[in-house]
Amino acid sequence: MWEYTDKVKEHFLNPKNVGVVENPDGVGEVGSLACGDALKLSFKLGEDGRIADAKFQTFGCASAIASSSALTEMLKGKTLEEAQKITNEEIAEFLGGLPKEKMHCSVMGRDALENAILCYRGEEPKKLDSEVVCECFGVTEKEIERAVRENNLTEIEEVTNYVKAGGGCGNCHDRIQGVIDSIIGAAKPKEAKPKKLTNIQKIKLIEETLDRDIRPELQKDGGDIELVDVNGDEVQVRLQGACSTCKASQVTLKEYVEKKLHEFVSPDLTVEEVKE
Amino acid sequence: MSAPNTIYMDNNATTKAAPEVVEAMLPYFGELYGNPSSMHSFGGQVGRHIESARSKLAELLGADPGEIIFTSCGTESDSTAIWAALRTQPHKKHIVTSRVEHPAVKNLGEYLEKNGYRVTFAPVDRQGNLDLDYLYDHLTDNTAIVSLMWANNESGVIFPIEEVVEKVKERGIVFHTDAVQAVGKVPLDMRSVPVDMLALSGHKLHGPKGVGALYVRKGTKFSPFLIGGHQERGRRGGTENVASIIGLGRAAELAGAFIDDENTRVKRLRDKLEKGLLERVSNAMVNGDPENRLPNTTSVAFEFVEGESILLMMNELGICASSGSACTSGSLEPSHVLRAMGVPFTAAHGSIRFSLSVYNTEEEVDYVIEKLPPVIERLRSMSPFWSDAQCKTA
Repeated sequence: MWEYTDKVKEHFLNPKNVGVVENPDGVGEVGSLACGDALKLSFKLGEDGRIADAKFQTFGCASAIASSSALTEMLKGKTLEEAQKITNEEIAEFLGGLPKEKMHCSVMGRDALENAILCYRGEEPKKLDSEVVCECFGVTEKEIERAVRENNLTEIEEVTNYVKAGGGCGNCHDRIQGVIDSIIGAAKPKEAKPKKLTNIQKIKLIEETLDRDIRPELQKDGGDIELVDVNGDEVQVRLQGACSTCKASQVTLKEYVEKKLHEFVSPDLTVEEVKE
Repeated sequence: MSAPNTIYMDNNATTKAAPEVVEAMLPYFGELYGNPSSMHSFGGQVGRHIESARSKLAELLGADPGEIIFTSCGTESDSTAIWAALRTQPHKKHIVTSRVEHPAVKNLGEYLEKNGYRVTFAPVDRQGNLDLDYLYDHLTDNTAIVSLMWANNESGVIFPIEEVVEKVKERGIVFHTDAVQAVGKVPLDMRSVPVDMLALSGHKLHGPKGVGALYVRKGTKFSPFLIGGHQERGRRGGTENVASIIGLGRAAELAGAFIDDENTRVKRLRDKLEKGLLERVSNAMVNGDPENRLPNTTSVAFEFVEGESILLMMNELGICASSGSACTSGSLEPSHVLRAMGVPFTAAHGSIRFSLSVYNTEEEVDYVIEKLPPVIERLRSMSPFWSDAQCKTA
């Protein structure tokens, strides 16, 4: 059972401003049936340039409906410039807070508002044109970046709570972590560069990483890997067992083996496969 | 709106302990506090009552009392069964189960998959019925155990355990069934269905929470899950949860008497509820095979509305049910059962499960049939998928 505030319950059970305003100046839509929630926001400006009326239609859970209702109340009387500054945090605050798993409902409100304002200005709804990271919920890298920056998120679970990314199959967790790391990393002062490894140290570390982190995983699928040579930053390996005939072995090498070596040995390494 | 008394239609989640059960348990919280393992008769008499409870449960299942092990819950029973099969056949590294199991089996399967075992999750069709050919095709000499639920907690669909168990055992493979949802709702008889192990839970059949049982057929190789004292003949260490075991025994006795009512009157109430809702609400459908399912369960999908909203509005009306929607569980995707059945997302998000019991009445069903359609109507009237306004530039 969710711990909803009284304000959330009130806006869910008796939502304000349901519907579509007549002859709207702006309409913004986000979400889809497949995603489990969707919001259509419409508003009309008064002669003074302030929002005279705002209405919503929402498909979704109690907090989605409450967030939409709250947003329409917040909008009334604001100029577009003021409205534009409303953040998802403010929507949540208006309701006395939302359970953390439900923060994406407030983000949905903010996104619908942005699209409605773009619509008013005659622009296409902004689909932040960057690569989709989470295929399950169609969340792009830029959307994730924005949620991380604006809400100071540091964990994948939080990203899922705010924009849903990573809440499905989980295949994108590494990439979400990458986005978080790049933002946190950029915010932090650069760490002192690690000392340059000697060749012997480098080979030893590579062997250790292979043994500890890589071989056990490959062996589970009936494969194995052998270190052939290290030439500068080029690590030459030979794939064995099931890996040697696996079509996906190049992906394994680059996405898995190389990443592990970057993590534990040096980010400059490249992995090359040596065939017989 | 004044909320009436609670209308409880969530009996696959848990049931009300029967008043007779509570009454039977009370002395064991009070004067009968002895340890059943003690040599003195003050404790020893408690041991005799536990044996009486064991006999009652055995009778419900058509089993021998010696084949019943009391545990703490259905999950413990499932874990005990699966680990026993794996530990007694250490050379076998393969498990077969289905994609719609309760987390007690599903999550254990996923855990084992990450820890050196191969696990086959057999699919189900759109109606929730098991793909038997797929299951049979995936049995190997390396398969240690097949674990299948008797009946599904969400759809109520019943798996053909009688048929599968024969085929599985022909291959010398151990067969376990999670019968938590089936016991007390449909007749089960271990004399005619040769499963090796069967898990059940007290609180799903009007017994108390915190107690379960595992049936282990005589001759089945076994290895205890909880290692400790000699309780349960060394098969489950730990001082007995006496009051709850007594309660489970009484509940088993009542279940034998309830089961006819469950399959006649309760089934008719379920059918009336289902029919009443489908007649009054457009774009609604039943998830799961309408024939082959538990008599108390119906899962109804209301398209274009979201389950959590429905549940909370029903909550205001005093109606308790549950949902396969994503938002209720904190996960973002609808239940794995509905997804495995291929229920479209538009319907899965708005799926509500009603599970009745012998304590439900016709008045309650009529109340729900009257009150729920306007709730769906109201939520749909808020939904953007019900309207046609568009952005001018789009």
